[in-house]
Amino acid sequence: MSDVIRRDPRAERIARNRLHPLHQSLVGAATEQRGPTGLLRKDPRAGYFMGPNGLRRIDRSGASHPGAATRVQRGTGGGVSTEPTLPLHQVENPDNFIVCVLDMVGGRLTSHDKDVLGQAHILAKSSAQTTAVTAVVFGDHREEALDKAGVDRLIHFENSDANHYQGYCPEQKLAALQSVESQLAPGHWLFPDSIHGGADLGCRLAARIGERPANHAWQVDSENTICRGGSDRIDIKRQTPRILLLAEECAMPIDETRHEVLALDVEHLVTPDQHIQDLGAVDVDPSQIPLAEAEFILSAGNGVKDWDQFHDVASTLGATEGASRVAVDDGFMPRFRQVGATGIWVTARVYVAVGISGAIQHLQGIGQCEKVVAINTDPGCDMVKRADLTVIGKSQDILAELLRLYKERQSGVSDDSATLSDKTESDESVEDQNKEARRVA
Amino acid sequence: MLPDANSSNTPVSSGLKVAALVSVGQHPKSGRPRRADQDARAVEMGIRLCGEHLSLVHAGPEGKGDIREQALRQYLGMGIKGLTILHQQEGSDALPALASHFKDQGADIILAGMRAESGEASGMLPYLLADRLGWPIVSSVADIISINENDAEILQALPRGQRRKLRVSVPFVATVDQAAQIPRQIAFGPSQRGHLKGQESIDEIDQVKSDWEETPARKRPKRLNIKKAKSAADRFKAATAKPQGEGGKIMKDESSQEKAQAILDLLVSEGIVK
Repeated sequence: MSDVIRRDPRAERIARNRLHPLHQSLVGAATEQRGPTGLLRKDPRAGYFMGPNGLRRIDRSGASHPGAATRVQRGTGGGVSTEPTLPLHQVENPDNFIVCVLDMVGGRLTSHDKDVLGQAHILAKSSAQTTAVTAVVFGDHREEALDKAGVDRLIHFENSDANHYQGYCPEQKLAALQSVESQLAPGHWLFPDSIHGGADLGCRLAARIGERPANHAWQVDSENTICRGGSDRIDIKRQTPRILLLAEECAMPIDETRHEVLALDVEHLVTPDQHIQDLGAVDVDPSQIPLAEAEFILSAGNGVKDWDQFHDVASTLGATEGASRVAVDDGFMPRFRQVGATGIWVTARVYVAVGISGAIQHLQGIGQCEKVVAINTDPGCDMVKRADLTVIGKSQDILAELLRLYKERQSGVSDDSATLSDKTESDESVEDQNKEARRVA
Repeated sequence: MLPDANSSNTPVSSGLKVAALVSVGQHPKSGRPRRADQDARAVEMGIRLCGEHLSLVHAGPEGKGDIREQALRQYLGMGIKGLTILHQQEGSDALPALASHFKDQGADIILAGMRAESGEASGMLPYLLADRLGWPIVSSVADIISINENDAEILQALPRGQRRKLRVSVPFVATVDQAAQIPRQIAFGPSQRGHLKGQESIDEIDQVKSDWEETPARKRPKRLNIKKAKSAADRFKAATAKPQGEGGKIMKDESSQEKAQAILDLLVSEGIVK
């Protein structure tokens, strides 16, 4: 691409034409602003130029504004400015609430959460009353796009001394939801029917307030709900109840509007039960995790020569071992470790392929993996095209180096982690400490 | 499967009563009645806790000599002498019968599957039962580590094969899912010799459910990846865009230390290595 600045006659024409729909995005709204009373105010001092007779002229073409002054360079940028601001969907003085209790795995919205919010807006639209879609979030979260996901009102139960929402605390969450129920009396309660706690919490609330929920609901409107029955063999059509546990992909997520995300305060009225206590996560032997569920897989193929070293690396890094078909056929790995179309389809977040060239059957098996790292001697193989990070070289050297670096890192880190774990485990017996190295949740 | 070093000899005080709720399951493909898989796992967990003192409870139609009875007898084939059946008509609500049974008979731990294999399969029954009895409920239990009169330590299954340790006060209800120990095989002889104890109980027809329409499951439409584009140029771009993920970082000429460091950095940034 050449860096020659070219005129874009179309952009100039749009900049001159104040009625053009794209005019604002090119010109910017610096000269026209809403005053405190809501009237449209023009700043006559902002955009002027000196006319031919020495008088100040208000520039109506917008040419003197920074938005338009930067001439659109063809080829490098494209015509229209970055991201158009979506229209704001406002709900004033709602009569009714639809409350969505979100999973927020890792403090962020899951796609399931977004589907639930989309479903909530479908229900809100068909309701006769002014309805606000309200999200309930427990503990700290890191989500910044709540407005684009369709949250009109937000009930954020923050961590405090009295109520701590980290880890497994269904009783505290239930008490908080009961407070919401008594103060807002929402028209619908929506939960994601997920293994991340949504289904559990929904069932608890339904049992506590005596509503009969619709579980595994996958097609919902204001009248009827279709739920999937046992063993996925029947569909049940029923009236839409107040509490809905929604299956994945029940509705399209919101993508055309922004929402206000106004905070709603809810007092804690209900004191939670104190029957269940979370003792923290337990370290699981990675070799015992089923391959299909494993989060981190170190997989070996034909290129691995030093098998003792490979097993050593896997156990040190805490990876679940996988293998390509060749490694299994040659007898180096058991059959249940085989990844691929004829083996197991894996869903790992990080998949490290050591000496695997990437046959199409293998690449099918790792289709759902997020990050793939390839260690290979052949830079032209298919695994390299799939991988996010490729390292060309002898696997033996690189694994040895990786092992050394990891051990160095751990020996540096271990002092800190020891003090941390002492704090959390102060009330535990010494035997337990020896049995399990517990992670700090 | 996960190792169960602790479960084989879990110390159960002799006074504790353990019960398992069992239902008639359904083979996912043929639809034939069988022991429900998750219920069988709950029975397995109960047998590991207290051997043949485990009491099995089922609420449903009497059905002498039919295929449902054979399905229930499969639980007896796991090594239990008897099973209590709370008689009900087809389509009755199991909750009042079970709640009154446990209020009369008492129990300390009630084990159940996460959800039934036929019918509504809402998975609500353990929650409703726990709420009626005023007990806590713990879902998706993988293993019970230890129990005494006051509380129990429980291993709960999380996604991705992870485990969490909980302490819960006794009595409690626990639901068991796929992560628990595989149920033992069925022995035919004991299953036929076992005793089905029929019992009269509360019989309330589930009125709400009788209004529902049940149809064979329809295949759910797959969500298409629809690109919403305002202009023709955007639509063209979306249609011809190459899939992401093409061409990651390739390290060729660096030293093996730098290469290993790059891999380690990626593992750290993904939160695999802490």
